[in-house]
Amino acid sequence: MPVYNEKVMDHFMNPRNVGEIENPDGVGEEGNPVCGDMMTIYIKVKDDRLEDIKFKTFGCGSAIAVSSMVSVMARGMTLDEAMKLTPDQVVRELGGLPKIKLHCSNLGAQALHRAIDNYREKQAKLKGERYNPMAAADGGNCPHCNAEISEDGTTTCQTCGADEKECVTGE
Amino acid sequence: MKKVYMDNAAAMPLLPEAKDAMLPFLGEAFGNPSSLHEWGDKARDAIEEARASVASLIGADAEEIYFTSGGTESNNFAVKGMALAQQAKGKHIIVSAIEHFSVLNSAATLCKWGFEVTEVPVDKYGAVNPEDVKKAIREDTVLVSIMHANGEIGTIQPIKEIAAITRKMKIPFHTDAVATAGTIPVNVNELEVDALSLAANSFYGPKGSGALWVRKGIRIMPLLDGGIQEGGRRGGTENVAGIVGMGKAAEVAAAQMRDRIKHLIPLRDRLITELPAKIGHVIVTGHLQSRLPGHASFCVEFIEGEAMLMLLNSKGIAVSSGSACTSKALKASHVLLALGLDHAIAQGSALFTMGMDTTNEDIDYVLETMPSLVTRLRQMSPLYDKFIKAGKGG
Repeated sequence: MPVYNEKVMDHFMNPRNVGEIENPDGVGEEGNPVCGDMMTIYIKVKDDRLEDIKFKTFGCGSAIAVSSMVSVMARGMTLDEAMKLTPDQVVRELGGLPKIKLHCSNLGAQALHRAIDNYREKQAKLKGERYNPMAAADGGNCPHCNAEISEDGTTTCQTCGADEKECVTGE
Repeated sequence: MKKVYMDNAAAMPLLPEAKDAMLPFLGEAFGNPSSLHEWGDKARDAIEEARASVASLIGADAEEIYFTSGGTESNNFAVKGMALAQQAKGKHIIVSAIEHFSVLNSAATLCKWGFEVTEVPVDKYGAVNPEDVKKAIREDTVLVSIMHANGEIGTIQPIKEIAAITRKMKIPFHTDAVATAGTIPVNVNELEVDALSLAANSFYGPKGSGALWVRKGIRIMPLLDGGIQEGGRRGGTENVAGIVGMGKAAEVAAAQMRDRIKHLIPLRDRLITELPAKIGHVIVTGHLQSRLPGHASFCVEFIEGEAMLMLLNSKGIAVSSGSACTSKALKASHVLLALGLDHAIAQGSALFTMGMDTTNEDIDYVLETMPSLVTRLRQMSPLYDKFIKAGKGG
């Protein structure tokens, strides 16, 4: 059996919304090359909704499929709805990913949240207000058991014991 | 669709002659080599014949060959077995930074058992400097283990030069020759090593079949205690069919080696020269001259290896990669990082290993197919974006 299901393969082979938006309202970046996956999401906002989303991704098949799926799912959502989009929802919509690849899916939603934060921050600035980013802090999830790993300086996943910290944290 | 298999380092087709030789031992010739009757005799004779063929492949004596379950067991056996047998003398061993995990993790286990391990570095071509081995040797060093060639980057190590040092200092020297034995000429007396691992599936033999050669007089402790099979050094009823297949594959490899090398080198050199020229921003990894004959390895900048591998697979081309995403540990290959490549570049690893069935048309097909796939991935890569924008800006 191939590693990825048909839906994942479809989004990998024919990714939707690849590219950049000129003069985007918000940009979000997530991941680093150590981990193997990096993505940038560009958004255009109209009436508090995601009018357009484009992405660029450096990464494996699942990272590309996840980026594509996030862009499809989030388009048309209100910003609040999009902020609630979870990695699990994306994976479910893709019909599942190999367990070891689950951390990649975090990057997609996370990059989107960062793009929205970026937009809201700019809006707040225009009004002379302060804005506290809502995207989760860097940390990430253990690729083996998907438990959240916090930035506490340990090198092993406390839940399953896998030594994967260097791969799953942000910079 | 055209199919091009260029992942011979991962698995090779079983040689028809080896398969034919094995079949009786999966059928009517089921005897136990330890049995003292006709059935046993037949199995025992077949094993001894295979032992002679494997010994002859590497210029060794048959009684110095111990059959194992493959390269991993041979390396475990050599590293742990030789270190443990000499622990009264000392508890320090030396390996290179780019050894196979069966050597590195055996060394790590020895660490847990109270040994100290020195990892000697490699240069940017993946070559060990014999002087570094010399410098790493201590009073209590009881084993040096450096691979003959690396399967990921193809670099062949200066084993003879290292052996000259270890021999002078009377330290047993093991080499993992899984990538070379049966592929290029390997002679234990010319290399002057003391133990050497080999695996049948590196030369069209069956998987799950390997051997360790240990020079007479070198001490080694068994890993598998059991009966007196393999001179008491490796217990367990022998994998007769696997051993017979390995013997046949060794015999054919020895006979065909020159022709195979003559066939592989031009194909390899074509790919190594033409692929980077066609795609751009492609780094050849490993040594250009001191290199395995059918081995071409690259890092394609700004893209990730697994995605590349999947796109190539969609066009019928099978290769492998040392990127983090392709590994179950989700870590970029320790071999590529040891060359000093940074993570982003190591992620673009693509490894083409050719075999005797590979043709010039296969190389044409790869050269025609791959550039547009790389372009496709680069067009969606934020790293490529940054590179282009930095170029335009500066």
